[in-house]
Amino acid sequence: MSMMANNLGVAASAARTNEDTPEKISVRDLSFFYGESKALKNISLPLYERTVTAFIGPSGCGKSTLLRCLNRMYELYPKQRAEGEVLLDNVNILDAKQDLNLLRAKVGMVFQKPTPFPMTIYDNIAFGVKLYENLPRAEMNERVESSLRRAALWDEVKDKLNASGLGLSGGQQQRLCIARTIAVRPEVILFDEPCSALDPISTSKIEELIDELKDQYTIAIVTHNMQQAARVSEFTAFMYLGELIEFDRTEKIFTTPSVKKTEEYVTGRFG
Amino acid sequence: MATDVRNMRLYRRRSVRNRVYMGLSIAAAGIGLGWLAIILGTLVVKGVVGLNLAVFTEMTPPPQAAGGLANAIVGSLIMTGLAVLIGTPIGTLAGTYMAEYGRYDKLTPVIRFINDILLSAPSIVIGLFIYEVLVTRMGHFSGLAGAVALAVIVLPVVVRTTEDMLLLVPNTLREAAAALGTPTWHIVAKVGYRAARAGIITGVLLAVARVTGETAPLLFTALNNQFWSTNLNAPMPSLPVVIFQFALSPYENWRELAWTGALLITLAVLSLSVLARVLSSKSGGER
Repeated sequence: MSMMANNLGVAASAARTNEDTPEKISVRDLSFFYGESKALKNISLPLYERTVTAFIGPSGCGKSTLLRCLNRMYELYPKQRAEGEVLLDNVNILDAKQDLNLLRAKVGMVFQKPTPFPMTIYDNIAFGVKLYENLPRAEMNERVESSLRRAALWDEVKDKLNASGLGLSGGQQQRLCIARTIAVRPEVILFDEPCSALDPISTSKIEELIDELKDQYTIAIVTHNMQQAARVSEFTAFMYLGELIEFDRTEKIFTTPSVKKTEEYVTGRFG
Repeated sequence: MATDVRNMRLYRRRSVRNRVYMGLSIAAAGIGLGWLAIILGTLVVKGVVGLNLAVFTEMTPPPQAAGGLANAIVGSLIMTGLAVLIGTPIGTLAGTYMAEYGRYDKLTPVIRFINDILLSAPSIVIGLFIYEVLVTRMGHFSGLAGAVALAVIVLPVVVRTTEDMLLLVPNTLREAAAALGTPTWHIVAKVGYRAARAGIITGVLLAVARVTGETAPLLFTALNNQFWSTNLNAPMPSLPVVIFQFALSPYENWRELAWTGALLITLAVLSLSVLARVLSSKSGGER
């Protein structure tokens, strides 16, 4: 049933995404290094505005690394560096002059493991908002509620906003993290295998959520699950050993890929 | 059911050996605990005799007169408190540098090594050092010098526990905060400290427990004072030094007070340790 809904979604967005859809992010000739080892090899691809792009490929192919270049999360660690260009609204975010905190406020990220902060559910959402906005209490309450509603979590937590975020189930925690991310009003949301630690029901909730979020945000999602990529994305990038093998509409990648390697992977012959 | 004879012999030898080692381990544990029990027992028996209200209200007496430990207790509280006030902020900030800002710096392992040396430095050496840099320059013994000497002992304990506790905070939590555009200091203060809070407080409590019984660093710094004194610029009494002085005296009433003082210190350290244990066993992440 959700498969059907998503098929319709793909068809609808495929109609919406045409050549006029602007590129929100343009990755140009991007290489990435962990110390001496080159983890990404001259990647170029677009992320179209308000569409979902999935990165697929076997473990270690560099899909998470690519995602972490889009908000420069790698800067937290030494000896990691990127070369090339990542244009966000035509501004190169890899530029040394780019303010990292402002970049990350614009490009939000949801991680593999749910990572609620050790504070109340309310404060988990308010935390990021307070960084950039000085809202009166009533408006903050509104923002918290709307974010939780958007993340389809409000009904489950509205009576315990002052309880610790750590007390929620895994799926609820992940939706809390999504609510936290959208509360700061980003333009792009990066999902790094957001469902790999979740049960099937929570997974389908998150997938529905991603489908709803794309009318407002540009979304990139890394996933190990090819059905998931097929269900939620309009475009898919297949990566292998640090290289971008193929980038195309999701339908095409999963039905008539142009590259043999892609076909082998999506049909489960390796990976 | 014919079992091979050689196997049975091996088995028996193994189980005998097992019993021997188990017996030795139990004996060793028993000896360790036994001494502790004897020490505590003696302390209680000898200390309880002199324990009364006067201990907390009256000053240390001259030989063969009635009195209490009030000035020594208050002196100890003042100097320990001041030592914590000096040592904790410096220690937590240094630990924060090592765990958060400078985690990958080449300087950090050097600081950690030096800190570990300081951690195990004999406290009498620290006392002599403060004597040299503070007491001789000020020209007299003082409570302040005593507090600084104790602070030097508090410092490495706090540095170490702060670093260790912050390192236990998972990187995924830092990444999650960074992903919202959070500046580093904000991540440390609002997420790191919050998650590591119980552990850091435990470290401070253990540091307090450690300095509570220190005598050597106070001997050349705060010296002692027969009278009530809260003046940091003058010699200040403290429980350990009073115990040291009274216990070695020929006067019966002084020796009795020394036992009582020893009991008080032990109880204080014991309750601090229990409190630290309770805090650290609670999940560090709650609320």
